[in-house]
Amino acid sequence: MLEVKDVHSYYGNIHALKGINLTVNEGEVVTLIGGNGAGKSTTLRTISGLMRPRVGSMTFEGENLISFEPHQLVSKGIALVPEGRGVFAKLTVEENLEMGAFHRNDTAGIRADIEKSYELFPRLGERRSQLAGTMSGGEQQMLAVTRALMSQPRLLLMDEPSMGLAPVLVDVIFDAIESINKEGVTILLVEQNAHLALQVAHRGYVLQTGEIVLTDEAKALQTNPVVQKAYLGMDH
Amino acid sequence: MGRGFLKRLNWVDAFLYVLRIVIIVLVIYGAYNTLSSDKYTADQWLGLIMSGLAQGSIYALIALGYTLVYGILLMINFAHGEIFMAGAFTAVFAAEGLARAGWLETPVKATISILLLVLLASTVSMVLAILLERIAYRPLRGAPRLVPLITAIGASFFLQYTFKGFYGSGFKSYPLVPMLQGGIPIGAFSIPKVQVVVITLAIVLMAGLYFLVERTKIGKAMRAVSENKEVARLMGINIDRVIVFTFMVGGALAGAAGVINGLYRPQGVNFFMGFFPGIKAFTAAVLGGIGSVPGALIGGLLLGVFESIGPNLVLDGLGITGANQLKDVIAFSLLVLVLIFRPQGIVGEKLSEKKA
Repeated sequence: MLEVKDVHSYYGNIHALKGINLTVNEGEVVTLIGGNGAGKSTTLRTISGLMRPRVGSMTFEGENLISFEPHQLVSKGIALVPEGRGVFAKLTVEENLEMGAFHRNDTAGIRADIEKSYELFPRLGERRSQLAGTMSGGEQQMLAVTRALMSQPRLLLMDEPSMGLAPVLVDVIFDAIESINKEGVTILLVEQNAHLALQVAHRGYVLQTGEIVLTDEAKALQTNPVVQKAYLGMDH
Repeated sequence: MGRGFLKRLNWVDAFLYVLRIVIIVLVIYGAYNTLSSDKYTADQWLGLIMSGLAQGSIYALIALGYTLVYGILLMINFAHGEIFMAGAFTAVFAAEGLARAGWLETPVKATISILLLVLLASTVSMVLAILLERIAYRPLRGAPRLVPLITAIGASFFLQYTFKGFYGSGFKSYPLVPMLQGGIPIGAFSIPKVQVVVITLAIVLMAGLYFLVERTKIGKAMRAVSENKEVARLMGINIDRVIVFTFMVGGALAGAAGVINGLYRPQGVNFFMGFFPGIKAFTAAVLGGIGSVPGALIGGLLLGVFESIGPNLVLDGLGITGANQLKDVIAFSLLVLVLIFRPQGIVGEKLSEKKA
């Protein structure tokens, strides 16, 4: 579904991605784990068009992604849940969801999907006319996830959904990730919490200083001694 | 209080503190003197307030253009006064034609004519605002913030002297509309009809803008873009299109303000007419809190009223002669004071993080 080949990205002169290769197949949850500054977010920013790679190719369902602007990707079926949630603080919860559906014109369908979001996270329904900025971090993350779903994506990119959340809320979000995947949405998940990420994912890539150093089935990665030592905090 | 307080007090703070007190004392003293001398009747005060509101609603319409563009691009479009001028200047020719054809005489014909003039001026200003964005500002989108500011000043001169080149530097004036002459008696008072029409037109336009920004999809997109451009793009919003739309709306309001201004003050239509209203409207936008739509409205009305009653109420009481000619002193002193004491304006938020 998504194919990234030998992608190099730069911040000014800093060589942030040094030849990333990764594949996401339809229906999968694939996770990208790695430490701070490994290039996880940069990879997602590059795929979503916020950064242009200097070298490399990216295709989504056979279509070349590099020639598109970020705002065109949504209608191709790719949505990103940005790092730090990025909800529009001065818009209400419902207006945020409407913005997620910006490229759609089916008023009735949008309405139905808004109601579906409230079913997935009843907290959002209770706060539909509240300004998003007044909600807690966990509620904002729920909003960020459902807002991305409003565009009816086939591929959902998620950047650190557990960041800064209380453990209870992390569970809520990760349960949601699993149920979203069961409904047929393919997910590429970037996480620092490798332990959690490998539990929900089918496959994983380990990123280190801009390069992919390891890739395997999630279960195999969980038992891989290198991963256990470096990212799961287990010593042998 | 005590030692700690004195230690922390530096000279600038002390000076500003004293300045604040001096201004408050002068304003109260002046107002007290004027009011206790019974120099002006209630009728006159009401007249001043009404003309302040009428002038203020014109400022508010122009100020909206500054505030909308600032909200989205964090840039002061100093050529906005010229956008206003372009609409007013173009419509004056059409107004002369309509007057010659007798289309300003009966109330029905005059109403249609005024609406046509507003439509014409709005269209002209809107097209000009779009061109300005496309040609002068968009190529500088990624540049440091000082660069588009200087370009805006350059564009402002360019527009002024283009109009001077085409139409010369003489003054033209809007024809008088018979329907708008005279006053509407309210109890013992009488309010000029033209002021009522000016305020009503402004209210209608602002209500339309409010609906646009709060309720429509493009309005919500404008608010989303002004908050976070990157995330807005991820939502599928084409921010270039939203920016153009913002300039369009600001331009249309400025053009409409040009005609409304022409009804209120028919004289003085020339290539330079946008300069003062432009700066005043900028003052109004800063006073209300730049970037805020309600702020532009409140700032515009307050500035209009301050300017109108300030000279008589305060300056007169302080024994300053010819106070009526000092309107602009009030307006620009207000700008300086707002920038010193409350840079975020009346309803604006503190300039934090990215906007500072």
